[in-house]
Amino acid sequence: MQADVVDFTHYLKGAGEGLVHLDLAVEGINCAGCMAKIERNLSTIPDVVSARVNLTDSRLALEWRAGALDPALFVRRLADLGYKAYPFERDDTETREAQRAKSLLRRLGVAAFAAMNVMMLSIPVWSGNVSDMLPEQRDFFHWLSALIVLPAAAYAAQPFFSSAWSALRTRGVNMDVPISIGIVLALAMSVVETINHAEHAYYDAAIMLIAFLLAGRYLDHNMRRRTRAFAGNLAALKAETATKFVSPTEIRMVPAAAIQPGDVVLLRPGERCAVDGNVIEGRSEIDQSLITGETLSVIATPGSAVFAGTLVRTGTLRVRAAAASGDTLLDEISRLLDQALQGRSRYLRLAERASRLYAPVVHAAALLTMLGWLAFGATFHDSIVTAIAVLIITCPCALGLAIPAVQTVASGTLFGSGVLLNAGDAIERIAEIDRVIFDKTGTLTLPELDVANLSSIPADVVELAGRLALSSRHPVAAAVARAAGADEPLTDIEEEPGQGVRGSYEGLPIRLGRPSFCDADGLANEILSRDPEASVVAFCHGDARVVFAVRQQMRPDAAEVVAHLNRLGIAVEIVSGDREPAVRFAAGMLGIHEWRAGVSPVDKIARIEELERQGCKVLMVGDGLNDAPALAAAHASMSPVSATHMSQAVADAVFLGDRLAPVLVAVEVSRKALRLMRENLWLAVVYNALAVPVAIAGLVTPLIAAAAMSGSSVLVMLNALRARRKAV
Amino acid sequence: MEVMVILVPLALALGFVGLLGFLWTLKSGQYDDLDGAAWRAISDDEPANDHGASRK
Repeated sequence: MQADVVDFTHYLKGAGEGLVHLDLAVEGINCAGCMAKIERNLSTIPDVVSARVNLTDSRLALEWRAGALDPALFVRRLADLGYKAYPFERDDTETREAQRAKSLLRRLGVAAFAAMNVMMLSIPVWSGNVSDMLPEQRDFFHWLSALIVLPAAAYAAQPFFSSAWSALRTRGVNMDVPISIGIVLALAMSVVETINHAEHAYYDAAIMLIAFLLAGRYLDHNMRRRTRAFAGNLAALKAETATKFVSPTEIRMVPAAAIQPGDVVLLRPGERCAVDGNVIEGRSEIDQSLITGETLSVIATPGSAVFAGTLVRTGTLRVRAAAASGDTLLDEISRLLDQALQGRSRYLRLAERASRLYAPVVHAAALLTMLGWLAFGATFHDSIVTAIAVLIITCPCALGLAIPAVQTVASGTLFGSGVLLNAGDAIERIAEIDRVIFDKTGTLTLPELDVANLSSIPADVVELAGRLALSSRHPVAAAVARAAGADEPLTDIEEEPGQGVRGSYEGLPIRLGRPSFCDADGLANEILSRDPEASVVAFCHGDARVVFAVRQQMRPDAAEVVAHLNRLGIAVEIVSGDREPAVRFAAGMLGIHEWRAGVSPVDKIARIEELERQGCKVLMVGDGLNDAPALAAAHASMSPVSATHMSQAVADAVFLGDRLAPVLVAVEVSRKALRLMRENLWLAVVYNALAVPVAIAGLVTPLIAAAAMSGSSVLVMLNALRARRKAV
Repeated sequence: MEVMVILVPLALALGFVGLLGFLWTLKSGQYDDLDGAAWRAISDDEPANDHGASRK
């Protein structure tokens, strides 16, 4: 096959001075040895200026002098070294996340340096206050602190200010509102106190608070960025290509990303379509199971719509790529998806709910403190200082860290078990679910076809059939070849279009194809009467005849996971777009009592809404294009990594591999994480309950404020680390 | 106490140099690949023409 010759020009970027830059996602780099091996090997290619591996992201950046070098050479060279590699393009979200992570780190650096230098000035003041420091020296140190902290805080705390401001503008409150008020008031009071030659200033507390909060936020962001990079690699390593007509007669393999609406692509039997579009020429059986959930193939003729993920079975098609419009199914799904996504943004995160309670209580407490001291005859100045001390001591340092810290640790654990989180609040929502709806095709079953009756056929026959099957491009034959693990094709094999392949082996005629082609109708009907969902392919060698039943197999641990979910008190049901017998069969095999078949995308949403009205919180697990609106509508959602692009983009989490276990792990880890988040919030409440009376009494000094702040932060961090341990 | 006139600005200047150093490391992409950097420190020899990778 000429599949190796792919035109990579789409991915090349100019790097100035006649250099060309290419980014490759590489699978299987996991140690320093790999890194050195790849870099050393690629650097020896003439004209290559730099080859640098990024071990964290499993990527390789290459630069070479523009000229004769073909980028496909790198992919081949890496394949020789034993690494699967493919060029990739950072998508916009990933680029944005990377920039944000970098900016957070820069702000964290500024805040941390300022905090350290101010501490150097604060400690003499603290100790000087009890010994014999001259007031002039103390003022001098305070002014120096102001000089360091004010610009540093103005720069480093911007993320909190802007987030608080946008929340206030929409008349909402988030965690950043009390944080910003606390920071601003602490700094303003410190400046006023410094001007008045007073004893206490809180510059150190303010900048330390900013540094701690930025650290929490950076960790959270970095985990998300890492997940996003990994997902980007997975998408790239699928190496989706399309055969594009560059002129009416000439074709060229290009990466799917390079296809523009209006381009004409060629689809051959056995290929998966990489674009959405309409057939303009040709006729073929196509398998749309990834799109509609329907496992039975349909006939595509000129005018039919095909979608990315469609498998072409028998004929060759020419397809004109279209933008996401002009077709009923895709239009309808986009419309449903928009509606569902609008509904989803109403979810209030735990942190927001906490801050809605927290901010008014704290601000009221500060106000009451001031009024109380005034009533007891304190001066106006002293009352305000005490009130602000209350705000500083309650400033939600622990609260701001309580949730991001747990989230970071939990998403790290999930990452390790093959679950990639898409949404920031996914953990909280997955933790709350009490019902799981599975799609059948591609979710409970594996996306690829597999031979179901392998055990009843002699191994030598399977092997021979597999070798013969290598000569056919039909997906059912390909499944036989895969199951047999065949890698040596037989020679002199002819293909009879629409029938099968034939030749001779050891002097006897050999055939693989339709049952009638191999004279095995009887055997085939026997299989079909038992398992009407299977596709059959017959094989004969001389007088020996066997029939392979090929079908989508259940994920190996599906039944186990369903049983475990039931034990956790989570109800499980199947809602599938496939026909009734297929769904009934799957439900029976897995012991699921509730199932619905032939469900349209609209009805999937309707079912979810019905359940939510009854008070259930639904986790939708699906992969097809038809599941995308339901994934967006459900309380939480997950997709296997083999799902269509659209489904993966809207799902809260994506899981890897052939097993269903990650769904179970996600639920368990999320539940544990939510418990820890609540615990952390309670820790923060307890801390406040202890510290606030001290502050109200007017006994808080900057030293106490600094100690309380770091103490409570360390406490919630340590508690968050407990999320690392495997969930029960 | 006159020594403070020298010591305090000196301390602040040193802190500032540290900060500039940090910003430089950030700008030159030294935090982009923390896992890899940990190993590079102990690997024997770098590929011959590996310069220029950290620009941008």
